[in-house]
Amino acid sequence: MRIKRRNFLQGAAAAGATAAVGFPHIWNKDMSLARAASGEIKVGVLFSLTGTTGIIEESLNKATILAIEEINDAGGINGMKIVPVVEDPASDPATFAAKARKLVVGDKCVSVFGSYTSASRKAVLPVFEKRNNLYWYPTLYEGRECSKNVIYTGAVPNQQQDEFIPWLVEKFGKKFYLIGSNYIYPKEENNYCKKLLDKLGAEVVNEEYVPLGHSEFSSVINKIQSTQPNVIFSTVVGDSVVALHRQYRAAGLDPEKMPMASLTTSENEVAAMGGDAAAGHFTSAPYFMVHKSPENERFVEAYKARWGGDKVTHFVSEPSYFQVYLFKQAVEKLAASDITPDTIREAVKGEEMVAPQGQVRLERENLHTWLWPKIAVAKSDGQFEVLKDSQEWLKPVPYAAYPSQSCGESGLIQS
Amino acid sequence: MEFFLQQVMTGLSIGSILLLIALGLAIIYGSMGVINMAHGEFVMLGAYGAWFMNAAFGLGLLPSLVVIFFAVAALGWLVERGIIRFLYRRTLDTILATWGIGVILQQAVRLSAGGELRYVEMPSAFAGTVNVLGVDVPGYRVFIFLFVAGLFAATWYLMYRTSFGTKLRAVVQDRNMAACFGIHSGRIYSLTFAYGAGLAGLAGALVAPLKSVSPEMGTTYVIDAFFVVVLGGVQSLFGTVASAFVLGELTGSLAYWSNDTIAKALVLLAIIVLIRFRPQGLFASKVRN
Repeated sequence: MRIKRRNFLQGAAAAGATAAVGFPHIWNKDMSLARAASGEIKVGVLFSLTGTTGIIEESLNKATILAIEEINDAGGINGMKIVPVVEDPASDPATFAAKARKLVVGDKCVSVFGSYTSASRKAVLPVFEKRNNLYWYPTLYEGRECSKNVIYTGAVPNQQQDEFIPWLVEKFGKKFYLIGSNYIYPKEENNYCKKLLDKLGAEVVNEEYVPLGHSEFSSVINKIQSTQPNVIFSTVVGDSVVALHRQYRAAGLDPEKMPMASLTTSENEVAAMGGDAAAGHFTSAPYFMVHKSPENERFVEAYKARWGGDKVTHFVSEPSYFQVYLFKQAVEKLAASDITPDTIREAVKGEEMVAPQGQVRLERENLHTWLWPKIAVAKSDGQFEVLKDSQEWLKPVPYAAYPSQSCGESGLIQS
Repeated sequence: MEFFLQQVMTGLSIGSILLLIALGLAIIYGSMGVINMAHGEFVMLGAYGAWFMNAAFGLGLLPSLVVIFFAVAALGWLVERGIIRFLYRRTLDTILATWGIGVILQQAVRLSAGGELRYVEMPSAFAGTVNVLGVDVPGYRVFIFLFVAGLFAATWYLMYRTSFGTKLRAVVQDRNMAACFGIHSGRIYSLTFAYGAGLAGLAGALVAPLKSVSPEMGTTYVIDAFFVVVLGGVQSLFGTVASAFVLGELTGSLAYWSNDTIAKALVLLAIIVLIRFRPQGLFASKVRN
């Protein structure tokens, strides 16, 4: 994310203003009573519609809205309609915090669905923890977080890598080149990757990070050519992915011999770089648009019917969609007078449902989700082909790279 | 040895892309003294032009270049006529105005073309690699290098061998005196601005197949372009060339030696130190003020 100074200043000003307005609500201790009183359940939808990550987050907003509309059309939750309050935090963490406060304190939402970047999640976290509200976060992320106020429905490193890395080692060889964008997510993923490689007796020939938004990869490609790895493990994000793939191809490198293995390249990025540049490279994720299941067919069809035939679904929009259904299942178990963030959290623990990717379950201990990792190869038509479906769902272990730490119901456990 | 040569080639390629981006700015900022913050957005418009010509008319990149050059130049001309010409000698106001134009262009593209990353196809003739001195180099990068060399030669010819160039240099040295000799300085300025904008448009179209196309892409390019021009020395075309290749080789080899994050920081540091001791840049032309 490029943080521009003007955004930062705007955000800071907005945050200041809301903090001041937020005060009068403190006395209102019976907020929860008002929450489902009028036969409506208010939820916040907090995805950027403008700014640097606006495009991708807009697709998350659309998936969320689609699920809410479907539930309402089918009669709502116990006869109550879900009322979404949509805010645009403009890809700016400070604005995220301000809007989150508005949704939680001002609108009295019982839950908020939102965020794509880790930076924005970290920015809203204090709001949800202080007000003891619930934030539903759909993105795959770096793990190492244990908040009882966040429901995590995206993958953590062990879910994307546990099957992927051994598969790559077996298929291509033991020399890995790690490249990522320079921020926390790639570093944590690589941290875990190095542990797995260590166990497999594989070797890291180089590990490096490029600035966010970087688009000149010729020196990186020279280094790749001189170190001759078997696999390039890439956690480069955003428009840099597009530049890396295109320059890899222009340099005449061959994905058959030296493929890129990514955790972040989805149908969106493939469309932007062109099928030719993407073909032959691998991605591991719990969901791909081509996944064959009746639930996914329904999801893709409904998504296209609602938002346009050229739209794609991807591995972050799918959790954005199914997590609303998890919310519904949890709230269904509650009496109308008893719908609060606290009771919803208790009700959603251990809850299961059939999502487009397969049967998922919300883990009681750490509020992360059991998912079905898949390994897929990109094809020149812009879609993926799933090569390997996981035989079983994988438990989320947010502290997988840190054996002395784990996340339990009471919070972070140090041993 | 081979990797050394490969790295030199990489530096040349990075340098040629820097020069391509900076050439338009060198004209606008170097000759006219206008700090054009919208330069990156002209680059972005060029890239979108390439995408649009392909999506709407099925035109390949190379034939689109002509259209893109004139379209972005025409826009530059409008901007100069409509806004910039009222702001000569008001440097701060020009910065604000061109910044504003940049923001408007960014949002206009976002609203009309959509915010998602766009795809511009590489001309298939250059998709392979070429063997230069025993090293495999991407064909498209060689093409950009040659194209930039040609573009630079044309610009140099325009500035130093045509009557337009003579008039421009006269206006740059002393606008009032040049006007006394019957030179229409306003017209010279708007044509120069248009030419600089057109070059930026070409740059955007040419880098599009190697990089990504988004409404925000201009922001990084404008910074690179200013580095090149400031380091090279304002009003010196050859200084711009030298500084583009110095920066290209420096960035490339530092990135090879460590990584791109450190390379970027060190290059920036070097530029700051250099302009501290040589504010006029590496190659300042001697102009009487």
